[in-house]
Amino acid sequence: MILDSKIPSGPLAEKWDKHKFEMKLVNSANKRRYNVIVVGSGLAGASAAASLAEMGYSVQCFCVQDSPRRAHSIAAQGGINAAKNYANDGDSAQRLFYDTIKGGDFRSREANVYRLAQVSANIIDQCVAQGVPFAREYGGLLTNRSFGGALVSRTFYARGQTGQQLLLGAYQALSRQIGLGKIKMFPRTEMLDLVVLEDPCLPAGRQARGIVTRNLVTGKIESHAAAAVVLATGGYSNVYFLSTNARACNTTAIWRAHKKGAFFANPCYTQIHPTCIPQAGDHQSKLTLMSESLRNDGRVWVPKNAGDKRSPDQIPESERDYYLERKYPTYGNLAPRDISSRAAKRVCDEGRGVGPGGRGVYLDFTDATQRLGEKAIKERYGNLFDMYERITGENPYQVPMRIYPAPHYTMGGLWVDYNLMSNLPGLFVIGEANFSDHGANRLGASALMQGLADGYFILPYTIGQYFASMKRDPVTTDHPEFKKAEEAIASQISKLMSIHGKRTALSLHRELGKLIWDDCGMTRTEASLKNALHRIPELRDEFWGNVDVTGTSGDLNQALEHTGRVADYLEFVELLCQDALHRNESCGGHFREEFQTKEGEAKRDDANYSHVAAWEYAGEGKPEVLNKEPLLFENVHLQQRSYR
Amino acid sequence: MDLTLRIWRQKNAQDPGKLVSYEAKDISSDMSFLEMLDVINEQLIEKGEEAIAFDSDCREGICGMCSLVINGVPHGAQFQKGTATCQLHMRKFKDGDVITIEPWRAKAFPVIKDLVCNRSAFDRVIQAGGFISVNTGGAPDANVIPIAKHDADRAMDAAACIGCGACVAACKNASAMLFVAAKVSHLAQLPQGQMEAKDRVRKMVVQMDAEGFGNCSNQLECQAVCPKEISVDFIAQMNREYLKSSV
Repeated sequence: MILDSKIPSGPLAEKWDKHKFEMKLVNSANKRRYNVIVVGSGLAGASAAASLAEMGYSVQCFCVQDSPRRAHSIAAQGGINAAKNYANDGDSAQRLFYDTIKGGDFRSREANVYRLAQVSANIIDQCVAQGVPFAREYGGLLTNRSFGGALVSRTFYARGQTGQQLLLGAYQALSRQIGLGKIKMFPRTEMLDLVVLEDPCLPAGRQARGIVTRNLVTGKIESHAAAAVVLATGGYSNVYFLSTNARACNTTAIWRAHKKGAFFANPCYTQIHPTCIPQAGDHQSKLTLMSESLRNDGRVWVPKNAGDKRSPDQIPESERDYYLERKYPTYGNLAPRDISSRAAKRVCDEGRGVGPGGRGVYLDFTDATQRLGEKAIKERYGNLFDMYERITGENPYQVPMRIYPAPHYTMGGLWVDYNLMSNLPGLFVIGEANFSDHGANRLGASALMQGLADGYFILPYTIGQYFASMKRDPVTTDHPEFKKAEEAIASQISKLMSIHGKRTALSLHRELGKLIWDDCGMTRTEASLKNALHRIPELRDEFWGNVDVTGTSGDLNQALEHTGRVADYLEFVELLCQDALHRNESCGGHFREEFQTKEGEAKRDDANYSHVAAWEYAGEGKPEVLNKEPLLFENVHLQQRSYR
Repeated sequence: MDLTLRIWRQKNAQDPGKLVSYEAKDISSDMSFLEMLDVINEQLIEKGEEAIAFDSDCREGICGMCSLVINGVPHGAQFQKGTATCQLHMRKFKDGDVITIEPWRAKAFPVIKDLVCNRSAFDRVIQAGGFISVNTGGAPDANVIPIAKHDADRAMDAAACIGCGACVAACKNASAMLFVAAKVSHLAQLPQGQMEAKDRVRKMVVQMDAEGFGNCSNQLECQAVCPKEISVDFIAQMNREYLKSSV
């Protein structure tokens, strides 16, 4: 199948404006007749729901947490990029575009990324108008910091809680519309299926027209019909069990939409964040990120000699290896995430890692503390230092922090065109849940930017074009497809409840996570991926034959919720490994050991893999079908990514 | 370490509920408090019993989902100040300890099950007026309005609230004044928030009362347990804003 990305013609810098003008509009008076389902209430979902309601659409918004304010966007620490050039260091939309394309190792769409860079400045304006308390200079104007993969200061921040403040801004906009009766909010409600109807009026013949949900408090399975469905359900890092994601983050919504026909793009592009607190033991339920902003002032090092067990203060300068500064003198400790993570893994593989188990490197603030004073360090990073001390029991003002990479973000996701619509008409996907803007590696402070760009400034326009150009019959939840989906969900739940095996979903999830971390984590090989693909069906059989869920399905049952999500991971993970196996090159976060330069960097194969891999579900037990969207680069020159 | 846990079990909102004792064996001091409960839940499921329901999500102290009263104090603030339950680690406890774990208790936060309660009253207070009414698009350049660093910092101090509800759980009157004051003060501190300042504080206070939260009697328990250490000075600021709104 030919995938049409619907990128507008014309010069790169004019595409979005031209497209906005050419898109058909919906009469304001008619907008309330269109109801839109938004699943997820993070930055993308909340900003989209609020903006759509402000425009006049009827919106239903769903989240699994007890309040939309708790979505995982809230945990983003460091900041949000925008091409404002307030720092007067030569920034521009063109430069942000180029940094993002290069940071993504030339595996994203030029037109999407340029649009993202263009609207980035509007996001900051919008958030300030909402009252987001960004950090300021004494003169009263906004201040910026630097982030990985860029040589300009373009990152806006609110202490170490930027995600929280941006989310609360979007949450407040959402709350205003809920209060006005324009949005109906469904907290503690999980989407368990997408409903797709055949429509003879449409060229593709199909339309996404609703969802089926489970009320997590009462267990009730319910249908919701709509004119369009927007998924803003985040990424799938929790497939690794241990990640920096919140416990409830899951792949269920996008995976079940995939099984209803939405293509899944580039699942093997997973981001392993270099600065996380190392795992302390087997009991661990999640890993905690230490913001990348710490690398502005912290220096990363390990002992020069393998097996050096001295405490860090006993190791003289001459016996330390500041390996990022040594290997990447231009970017130093601010080398991009994928590169920094792999460098950490390598020094640990060489036996030079520090801390229990030898899986850690130092992040040392001694120089910065001497240069700036402890007070300045405390002001910049105090909350992060406190968090580190609570988790590890060590004081980072006295002893260097220990950090190690951890799964953090997923660049892959459901395939969308330039309008953020999937291949299923009426199904839009925004934020981390789609695949669109980060290529094979996301730069720091760009996730918040993309979530809000999609939700505030892109989807609200493009969805109007869809409504204005497509006819649709009214649909209610009495349609047999809804009943069919409800029955399928009910039967899956009763099946899970009746296995009465010997293993908890948590133990199976942990086992799956370890397998995938080892075989499809920071680096992959053909052999490791084949091993994983061999082991996954066994683990899936073990799950369906031996899982145990206690309690009932008719009330709040957190074990049941988790078990359903693990069932989906066990299916999805096969596609993750298959995609990694198909991509016989290294790019960004996807590093195949077989494909590296003599310096040990990712070696792309532009002749054969300069495409988006969009996988099509073919039915249970059948191999997924690969559709390719070629990536065309007309404005940037493809090159070996270098941060040296 | 080995511990004895006394945990509140309640099947649903109608069930009267009771404390049930559990033995926690071989607990590592590196575990977080919630990971210790994960272990207990694994053991319960393996025995065929129903797991203990408790809320948590980010487990890094920012989402505000976790909510446990530990030995009578929300978030176990007597063991560690300025954090949510998820950031409390078992190294604060010792072998042989008896730990009592209960849900938030307030009329406006009815228990749903075990340690999980319904905090949607907070959402309705925000919906009543806890925002600045700007639609998407059309905002002026972000640097058009300079804001003194002191004001921006103070706004941030208030905006840091994670909406967990510990302030309500700690208050003998189940007052939500600290939560409401944090939002009122955050927005009133900024020039963008001035247009609606009077309306906002009135509407939020009306909704706060309608939800059944009590009044403030200046015992400052809320500040003592707040994971973000939000200052009760903001309650004074809200009272001033409220007074200003009626003159």
